[in-house]
Amino acid sequence: MGKAELPLHTPGTQVDKGYIGQSVPRPNAQRLLQGRGAFTDDLRFPRLAHVAFFRSPYAHARIKRLDFSQAIKQPGVIAVFDGPTVAEYCTPWVAVLAHLKGIKSPPQHAIAIGRACWQGEACAAVIAESRSQAEDAVQLIEAEWEELPVVVDMEDSLKNTKTIHPELGDNICFKREHDTGGVDEAFAGADVVVEETFHFGRHTGVCPEGRAIVADYNAAEHSLTVYHATQAPHMMQDIFSRHLNIPEANVRVIAKDIGGSYGIKVHVYADEMATAAISVILRRPVKFVADRLESFLSDIHAREHRAKVRLAVSKAGQILAFELDDLTAIGPYSVYPRTSGIEGNQVVNLTGGPYKHQKYKARMHVVFTNKNVCCQYRAVGHPIAVALTEGIVDLAAQKLGMDPAEFRRKNLIADDAYPYTFPSGIKFEKLSHHKALDLLLKITQYSKLREEQAQLRKKKIYRGIGLAAMIEVTNPSPAFYGVGGARISAQDGATLRFEPTGMVTVMCSVTEQGQGTEGIFAQIAASAVGVSIEKVRVITGDTGVTPYGGGTWASRGAGIGGEAVLLAGRALRSNMLDVAAHVLKLEKAELDIKDNRIINKLTSEPKLPLEELGRVAYFRPDTLPLDFQSELTVTRHYTPRQYGFTFTNGIQASLVEVDPDTGFVKLLKHWCVEDSGTVINPMLVDEQIRGGVVQGIGAALYEECLYGPDGQLLNGNMADYLVPMSGEMPDIVCAHIETPTLQSQLGAKGVGEAGTAGAPAAVMNAINDALAPLNARVTRMPFTPERILKVLGKV
Amino acid sequence: MEQTLNVTLTVNGAQVTRNVPARQHLVDFLREELGLTGSHIGCEHGVCGACTIRVDGEIVRGCLMLAVQADGCRVDTIEGLSDSKELEKLQKAFHEKNALQCGFCTPGMLMAAQDLVRQGKKISREQIRNHISGNYCRCTGYQAIVDAIEEVING
Repeated sequence: MGKAELPLHTPGTQVDKGYIGQSVPRPNAQRLLQGRGAFTDDLRFPRLAHVAFFRSPYAHARIKRLDFSQAIKQPGVIAVFDGPTVAEYCTPWVAVLAHLKGIKSPPQHAIAIGRACWQGEACAAVIAESRSQAEDAVQLIEAEWEELPVVVDMEDSLKNTKTIHPELGDNICFKREHDTGGVDEAFAGADVVVEETFHFGRHTGVCPEGRAIVADYNAAEHSLTVYHATQAPHMMQDIFSRHLNIPEANVRVIAKDIGGSYGIKVHVYADEMATAAISVILRRPVKFVADRLESFLSDIHAREHRAKVRLAVSKAGQILAFELDDLTAIGPYSVYPRTSGIEGNQVVNLTGGPYKHQKYKARMHVVFTNKNVCCQYRAVGHPIAVALTEGIVDLAAQKLGMDPAEFRRKNLIADDAYPYTFPSGIKFEKLSHHKALDLLLKITQYSKLREEQAQLRKKKIYRGIGLAAMIEVTNPSPAFYGVGGARISAQDGATLRFEPTGMVTVMCSVTEQGQGTEGIFAQIAASAVGVSIEKVRVITGDTGVTPYGGGTWASRGAGIGGEAVLLAGRALRSNMLDVAAHVLKLEKAELDIKDNRIINKLTSEPKLPLEELGRVAYFRPDTLPLDFQSELTVTRHYTPRQYGFTFTNGIQASLVEVDPDTGFVKLLKHWCVEDSGTVINPMLVDEQIRGGVVQGIGAALYEECLYGPDGQLLNGNMADYLVPMSGEMPDIVCAHIETPTLQSQLGAKGVGEAGTAGAPAAVMNAINDALAPLNARVTRMPFTPERILKVLGKV
Repeated sequence: MEQTLNVTLTVNGAQVTRNVPARQHLVDFLREELGLTGSHIGCEHGVCGACTIRVDGEIVRGCLMLAVQADGCRVDTIEGLSDSKELEKLQKAFHEKNALQCGFCTPGMLMAAQDLVRQGKKISREQIRNHISGNYCRCTGYQAIVDAIEEVING
């Protein structure tokens, strides 16, 4: 069988998978290793102007007067603009979606007009010949403010004693209730009821590269080219077009190398829209790169939740019902265009997700506050839902005196129960919870770990083992955004072009921020066409070049973009064989492509090198029949539509040691078993998981955006806001189960968010397991030494 | 007008002379004046390590040193150590183990790792983890980086 004879997962077929399943190093890593990448700030433009923003020092204040008279006179300063001036070129936006019923948010402008609603909101822009000149002049803007009442705490916001946007009536951005019925009865009849309130600290992505944009308006063409560190170039093309009133065809968005994104760079930022508008106003290229301090103040934050969760359980350890009451605060605006209602919505969708109970009641409020805006960040809602679920499950197991692994085995949805509808309404195509649990217990040597833990406890060494089973949303269909009216594509496309030299060029609408999407597209294309991987070049991140598509978010790149590449690769191979049949005067059915050659399918005898095929097709088509035209560029698209989301599952384990004298947590080891369907590149998949786990560990132990009662961010720099560094991180063991999705030929599900989804819960459960003999529990993330000492009654 | 000073330094083996603002950081000088954009600016307060470069043989934060302080110094950047092939083994190991994702921290990480390689002695994983704990990577979780450095140092 030829390499291209996919589908890979058809039961009973033996296929040569080509490069699929191999740990091929990423070709595009070479330039990054030599410092020869092209991050947005590395690009050079003639007549480039730099913008620096004058940001509100107050969390909530009326702008009574802005005086630019000194700023405008400074050396190198080209212009200074306020909100109303920029608004003449850039219309405001309102971030709501039709399928989030009742969601509301006020119009947001590129630069604040009349009022600032969080500390750090841009209120004026200085444009100068250099960034330092622009920053110097920002210092000389004089402003007169009238401070307004500040809403910082989310419980206060919900009470609505002070309304941030009076025209909206209250501080509730979005609320949702869900009830399967029968929940109260289940709790009334339960042998055991456990209840806990968990708190999650607001944190942020801390991309190594700050947000970056160079907007270059060409007045002669009325066209705008935007070099943008974005995950979604086509979404941004649409948005620049609509809000700057430039025809979409005249807007080109180019995303070159991007220094980390994790969801941070998939949103519309007011200061970036202002930069684009200023390029139009000044008719020259304008650059904005968020420095670290303004990144903390203006990159989206996420995950500030207070959630009460209850669990009804039978004596035998059967989960009967879940009940959830979640409150989350998102700052003063819902973020455009994805909205800030999604995270809370996901918490409702996913809580209790791995388990087979059928009774579920949930209530969730999303409220406005005068802090920086919040929106979707890697694993959106999952870290909250998994921690709530797994935290309360562990508490129930403890109350019943059952081992946490045994309790999970009793309650996880059976591996043969699919397709399955979960009580929140979401549908699972095929999951493998029990296989995953078995594999995890094997690789952790679970019973040995428990024995070791018991031995060490006698010596007053407090080790804990924490488990976290999880489900994750991947490969979203249009049900995520499109149905709500957002112009965000759930479809992606790939164009494959066979070059005269025998090379294959791949152009795909999914973008690359380091996950390795370009690498796996090369693997898929090479396998599907029948060429070796060094014959493939991949281009992504340019709306002027690639097919239309959604880009990179929600763990969709491999599953959706990869399928488009596969379909295009198979079509190209077929078209190449058409040409070969004419050149060789043989039947197409007798031929195949392997190792850069046309071969006889049965004997593998080489028939024609591909560069010869290219030469004839492009330069001597006169030798081909008159009624035949070769088509050696093909485009294919793919959208998952059968299920709203292609769920994956997995389970993590964390081993920690807690020092009850200092409150320090030492991470000894971490394990993750994941079922992400077909694994295209095991090394890259493991690296996605490891990186994600460490990001989740950050949330569990270190990261929190701390605000004072006046709405001032207290730790908005990297010295005070702690992130995981190498010294404290454990080695992470990954293992896989492969249950391909049958919705696609490739069978790949997503994996980018799994680590981040489950790690906080696993670490929390490990800490609480360690603290159990001391009768203490932590429920407020991040679990700092101070918080651990507090529950131990030592501070 | 802003005060400027003349500096002469050797960057990647070539002597350069420029008139620079007194307040300009060395990494800004490399990027803006010389177009050496491989050294990245991540935090500008000495925490993330993305701007790690070598000055007279010692690794420093390019954001915590002024260009004028480098007058008379020998400065080596990722571009220079790539061309001289000094980083070849590390780069190969990083590539094979995928010890980078977005690649933004990578030049600084390689400079820090090479500093360890140059010490020329066998070393534990924990020591490697500690040595690079001044270089922030958000993508990898560090394990592959530690693996790559370990392979180069310990074989």
